[in-house]
Amino acid sequence: MASAVAEVHEHTHYTTTGLDNRKVAIWAFIGSECMLFMSLISTYLIYKGKSIVGPFPHEAWTDPSGHVFKPILNIPVTSQSTFVLLMSSLVMVLALAAVENRGKPGYQGTLLGNSKLWLAATAALGATFLGYQAYEFTSFVHEGLTIHTNLFGSSFFTLTGFHGAHVTAGVLWLLTLLSIDIKRGLTPKDALLVDICALYWHFVDVVWIAIFTLVYLIK
Amino acid sequence: MATTAATPSYEQTGIWSWITTVDHKRIGALYLYTALFFFMFGGLEAGVIRWQLAQPNQHIVSAELYNQLFTMHGTTMIFLAVMPLSAAFFNFLIPLQIGARDVAFPRLNAFSYWVYVLGGTFMTLPIFFNTAPNGGWFGYAPLTTLPFSSGLNIDFWVMGLQILGISSLAAAFNFITTIINMRAPGMTLMRMPVFTWMSFVVQFLLVLAFPVITIALVFLLFDRFFGTNFYEIAAGADPLLWQHLFWVFGHPEVYILILPAFGLVSEILPTFSRKPLFGYNVVVYSGIMIGFLGFGVWAHHMFAVGMGATADTIFALTTMLIGIPTGVKIFNWIATMWGGQIRFTAAMKFAIGLIALFTIGGISGVMHSSPPADLQQTDTYFVVAHFHYVLFGGSIMGIFGGIYFYYPKITGRYMSEVLGTWHFWCTFIAMNLTFFPMHFSGMLGMPRRIYTYDAGQGWDTFNLISSIGTGLLILSTLIFVVNFLKSRKSGEVAPGDAWGAGTLEWTIPSPPPDYNFAEIPFVTSRYPLWDLKHPERTSGIAHSAPDVMTITDAHATPVHEEMGHKTAAELGIPMPFNTVKPLIAAAALVAMFGGLLFMHTNQFAVAMTITIGSASLFVGTLYAWLTSPLE
Repeated sequence: MASAVAEVHEHTHYTTTGLDNRKVAIWAFIGSECMLFMSLISTYLIYKGKSIVGPFPHEAWTDPSGHVFKPILNIPVTSQSTFVLLMSSLVMVLALAAVENRGKPGYQGTLLGNSKLWLAATAALGATFLGYQAYEFTSFVHEGLTIHTNLFGSSFFTLTGFHGAHVTAGVLWLLTLLSIDIKRGLTPKDALLVDICALYWHFVDVVWIAIFTLVYLIK
Repeated sequence: MATTAATPSYEQTGIWSWITTVDHKRIGALYLYTALFFFMFGGLEAGVIRWQLAQPNQHIVSAELYNQLFTMHGTTMIFLAVMPLSAAFFNFLIPLQIGARDVAFPRLNAFSYWVYVLGGTFMTLPIFFNTAPNGGWFGYAPLTTLPFSSGLNIDFWVMGLQILGISSLAAAFNFITTIINMRAPGMTLMRMPVFTWMSFVVQFLLVLAFPVITIALVFLLFDRFFGTNFYEIAAGADPLLWQHLFWVFGHPEVYILILPAFGLVSEILPTFSRKPLFGYNVVVYSGIMIGFLGFGVWAHHMFAVGMGATADTIFALTTMLIGIPTGVKIFNWIATMWGGQIRFTAAMKFAIGLIALFTIGGISGVMHSSPPADLQQTDTYFVVAHFHYVLFGGSIMGIFGGIYFYYPKITGRYMSEVLGTWHFWCTFIAMNLTFFPMHFSGMLGMPRRIYTYDAGQGWDTFNLISSIGTGLLILSTLIFVVNFLKSRKSGEVAPGDAWGAGTLEWTIPSPPPDYNFAEIPFVTSRYPLWDLKHPERTSGIAHSAPDVMTITDAHATPVHEEMGHKTAAELGIPMPFNTVKPLIAAAALVAMFGGLLFMHTNQFAVAMTITIGSASLFVGTLYAWLTSPLE
């Protein structure tokens, strides 16, 4: 009977594609998220230039009382935060490699094999990006752009806010992985847990590249 | 063995076991019962509508209540009846048809169900307090924005649809993974039963279409709750933004509603014609084609808004194009029956009913794919006639056929064929009596959604006939209910292979044991059970065994009829633990959205307490769920 149990237990490991179910599901999820962000980005682009009152993203605007509003988007600052987010993808790759190769030569006891460091670094860079976003949102509000002001404000804050919410969820996910790593140590068997988190994280990064290009860089 | 029904193992454990179940078959049964309840509720709403319209100038309900009735009739039938009835079959059948022991994520599956039932209740209850959604099932903004629709009615609709969207998306990720990754060895994609194939296409439609309405609803929610300008025309907003986003979702949604029914009849027709499905590949490819084209026809719902000749022409052409793969299926089904030894069971009658009635609805659909014709027909009862022929004549007939066909597999007993035949003919006649005259009242100019009308416009007789038909339709549904409940106790006992069918789900006992397959089968053709019992039927179909490595990896055995005498423990099959966490997570999610409603009654603190409290409960439950073992 014991051998039967062991044998049957093997069944749960067989899958048609050889991939873990969770890996297939995260790809389906990412496909769905593409449509979510496509709808947000399309709305932003459709409403570009349609706002009746300012402030505007790339042009200065003078209100009827003569007050001049600067162009809202601060490309140098956002370039920094974009760089921070891109770097987080790099350390995410290092975190996954550290967990996958735990105990192998070149990883055992080296900086490269320090998964806790790389997971913490990814989460920290993600949090830094969120800090930039908080600064950006606050300064926009001070310059006179809120979610109520005009179509630009509504569509800009909703789009970037949705992205920020995704980054926040990713940071929480990374911190959860980090706490597991601290508590019991992530082994190559757990690589899948890091792998699907990494896929999500890179996806959120790619979305930001699209947003940065379409919203900030193209005038 | 043949005189007493095998007791399904899940019947032994009481109500708590249903609340905490993660078994795909029991969740499928829960979906079935709940969705049938909502189907009857939506039917009663239609009954009141038809009572009001039976004669000119009636005032059985007020205009306000009438708006709520037609909105909730549409919303209920689409989101709370037909989609979950399809989900009942997805749940029950997909793992059985592909030779799996459960879905990929059993607990997520339970979560989907609980979100659906709680979200559905959340949206349905307000009608008893005269605050039900009243903006039509398509909820056109800016009509549904705060200046034009104050009050909680639309809020219930926005929140309700967001909640139901989460349920559908979670289920879709689950079924995509199940179908891609949990097929038994040898069950290649082109050997999957057509129901599983059509379900597969539907899951992709769900995954790609629902995010779009999610965003459209987020914009509406933000406009209503946080003062954004997405649908604020005075701020320069485009009045067509909602319509585009809604129909980019809404048209694939139409195929989400019909494709599962197409799948069901593609199982029923070969079984009762005792022939393999004619042109299996073409049926599959045309289903995929419908899925693709379904994303390119949305603006045919908007011919009347003045998009210009170019856009109108393109969408007219794509709409005519999508008629082709749909028509191809009709011919495949007819050719399947051609030359077969047909058994006219109740299930078969409903399947043939679908072919006849859906074709009528399909043809009127091609009629208003032409913009000049559509300008005459749009917003009239002609359109109401059209989509009831495809959704009632198509989806509901297919689903009824599916219920008669799979009832013995689900319960271990047959439904009464006598009552089934009565049910079919009453439904068939009543359905035509109700909806056919609407073509005429529509052509004579009767607009949709009016709560009453003046006499002497040529509509009176047609409306009276429609209303009589609806009364008969309610009666015929009662026959079904009696049959459904009575057969549960006293129906004839069904063996595993209840109808002499050819696919994997019929190789296991009726009802199936909780582990489904004692031994994972390996599959060598499209109709493995016919290979065993009627090899002459499948001689024309390609056969090949999977490679030895795959069979060994999966510990698979050749397809054979199982008896299911042993329990999972005796067989050493690990079963998932029952858990209440998906229900708690679902309840927290619904409360999270529901809490926001208090913002519109100016109880900001209450709203924040409920929403933030439930959000924390949701996240906490999720952590507890993900850190506890499945089996």
